[in-house]
Amino acid sequence: MDELAIRVEHVSKEYRLGAIGGATLKGEIQAKMAKLRHKENPNLKIGEKEHGKNERFLALNDLSFDIKKGETVGIIGRNGAGKSTILKLICRVTAPTKGNIYLNGRITSMLEVGTGFHPELTGRENVYLNGAILGMNKAEIDRKFDEIVEFSEVGQFIDTPVKRYSSGMKVKLAFAVASHLDSEIMIMDEVLAVGDVAFQNKCIDRMKKVAEEEGRTILYVSHNMATVKSLCNRCIVLSHGQVAFEGETEEAIAVYMQDENLDNTTFFDTSSVKRHPKCSQKHLLQNLHMFESESCILEYGDKFPFRITWKSENADKLLMKMVINGIDATPVGVIFGGELKAEKGINSAEFNFNTSYLVPGKYTVDVILYDEDKAGNMMFHDRTTALRFTVEHGEKSLKLKHWFKNWGNAVLPCIEQIIGDDKNV
Amino acid sequence: MTEQKWTTVVKANNGLIDMDLKGLKNCKDLIFLFVRRTFVAKYKQTVLGPAWAVIQPFFTTVVYSVFFGNIAGLGASGVPNFIFYLSGTIVWTLFANCLTETSHTFTGNSAILGKVYFPRLVMPISTAISQFIGFFIQFAFMLCFMVYYLVTDAGLKPNILILMFPVVLIQLAVLGMGFGMIISSLTTKYRDLTMVVGFGVSLWSYCSPVAYDMFSRSQLAPGSIFYNIYMLNPVTPAINLFRYGFLGCGEVDWLFYGISWITTVIVAVIGALMFSKSEKTFMDTV
Repeated sequence: MDELAIRVEHVSKEYRLGAIGGATLKGEIQAKMAKLRHKENPNLKIGEKEHGKNERFLALNDLSFDIKKGETVGIIGRNGAGKSTILKLICRVTAPTKGNIYLNGRITSMLEVGTGFHPELTGRENVYLNGAILGMNKAEIDRKFDEIVEFSEVGQFIDTPVKRYSSGMKVKLAFAVASHLDSEIMIMDEVLAVGDVAFQNKCIDRMKKVAEEEGRTILYVSHNMATVKSLCNRCIVLSHGQVAFEGETEEAIAVYMQDENLDNTTFFDTSSVKRHPKCSQKHLLQNLHMFESESCILEYGDKFPFRITWKSENADKLLMKMVINGIDATPVGVIFGGELKAEKGINSAEFNFNTSYLVPGKYTVDVILYDEDKAGNMMFHDRTTALRFTVEHGEKSLKLKHWFKNWGNAVLPCIEQIIGDDKNV
Repeated sequence: MTEQKWTTVVKANNGLIDMDLKGLKNCKDLIFLFVRRTFVAKYKQTVLGPAWAVIQPFFTTVVYSVFFGNIAGLGASGVPNFIFYLSGTIVWTLFANCLTETSHTFTGNSAILGKVYFPRLVMPISTAISQFIGFFIQFAFMLCFMVYYLVTDAGLKPNILILMFPVVLIQLAVLGMGFGMIISSLTTKYRDLTMVVGFGVSLWSYCSPVAYDMFSRSQLAPGSIFYNIYMLNPVTPAINLFRYGFLGCGEVDWLFYGISWITTVIVAVIGALMFSKSEKTFMDTV
């Protein structure tokens, strides 16, 4: 039997909905007095017997799992599935309502980077403070200080108050402190979301190294499937406070994505989706409708027509392209549409989508409205995820029956064989 | 097959007494760093810096001396008003600050406490310790005036009980911390108490011999019923002892000083128990 690092045993966590605690002192005293005199609690709604039977919410419902020593486990799930709650319980920030959690070894929690950073203190002082909050003593931090500063890349600002740091620098310093702790178990909640790409990769490499070479256990929660994939060797999918799936990262991500695409719709309303500030929004996509399809689950090789509707501020011309993304949000490819004419107000255009370039799987599509001037400079008007669909195996996908994930998700057009005289050219 | 070992068990229902005292011992550095953080952060970007610690009690003392001492005539018999009020003010301030600052432990630090675990008692302990920094600045200030009054022979009679002052200070800090922890535990659910703390503390100061000399009041003559009730206020005998040691004014009633200590211990124990009871789930209600 491998040694375990964490055992979660029948853990439930209950929250009261509505006004948490509900109570002012007065309300609670009134309730107590009423009970003593066998009268109804004056604060209850008429007809209600007791506070809260139906106001309770189980964030975690009889959750159990084991994590072995040295594993890197990802926890994924929709918002509200209980990911953060279980991390909080493991970090001992709050206690479970029922059940026990067993831990083997010291824990570092990185539910947030830079916990306890004080803006007025210098970087150096904050390294010591943050390290101590996370459980190191002064001697340990002394020993690792140079390593931390080097990793954080903020060496020359180490004696400057943290309030003068950019947010990226703060994150770098905080991550450096946390990742240099001598703890056996590390708990991370999407901490890599900030910081530039180079630093994110550096963090992931660091975590991998920590897991592989030093045999530490890592528990990682994220919505970023790419980092989950590159970091974790096992995943737990949570859904409604219970384990929906436990196993290989790839499979787990597939299960999670399925969970997310439950709504089988052919009409995608994007009018109220928040846009990136870089988009000019002069042309704004309102919706996308697969108007002849009955569902967004398609057979390989199917073509489906769809209509995009957008709102324009002025009569104009514009271009459209679509970026197809795979299940883990990695781009598969781009499709260009032709030039579109727009009148002031609502416009629409219809296109035909050919699925025979995509291997069976789940995809999301970002629709981009843009324009180019003569010099080729792009002006973004709008970009939003406007379409989700699933391609399933069918008659035409025989060649793809034994598809491997390292083939990629795009099926390129057949290569032309050169026949006859052309051979010598 | 190796036997599975567990270093920590997180349980749902904890008993009444479940304090992480073992973990607390390893937190000396953390306590020190929190104290330092509080101090540094408090006076950063102020021109006068730690001098503010002196300015506040100085002006309070001046106002007390003029209005309560001279105009209302509640002042000290035998010693100059200024040193009488100054000594009372700084001791009271230590107690009051310990109380109010620790009463904000949960609500004020929820950002840290909600993200990372360390023995929660670190927070009130370091808060109380950091109050001593300000106090010792004020204390040094008071000693300067004492030297001045001794040189000018203004009637001060420091005596052997001066050596009791560390005991008095520790007692007041523990007492303040105890009340602070009780309030802090309750405020996680009932915010009403945050309203009470502010004016409650200032009302309490009028029930203690801070702004007047209790021994010059005939209503508070030792032995009277009112005296007996008055002395049950645990802060009163402590302030009296402090003043008696340094200034030689007033009296020390050892019976009530003993009761004051008993109260302190009870309050501190109740505070610590309530605190460790609510620290487990306060994040859900705060």
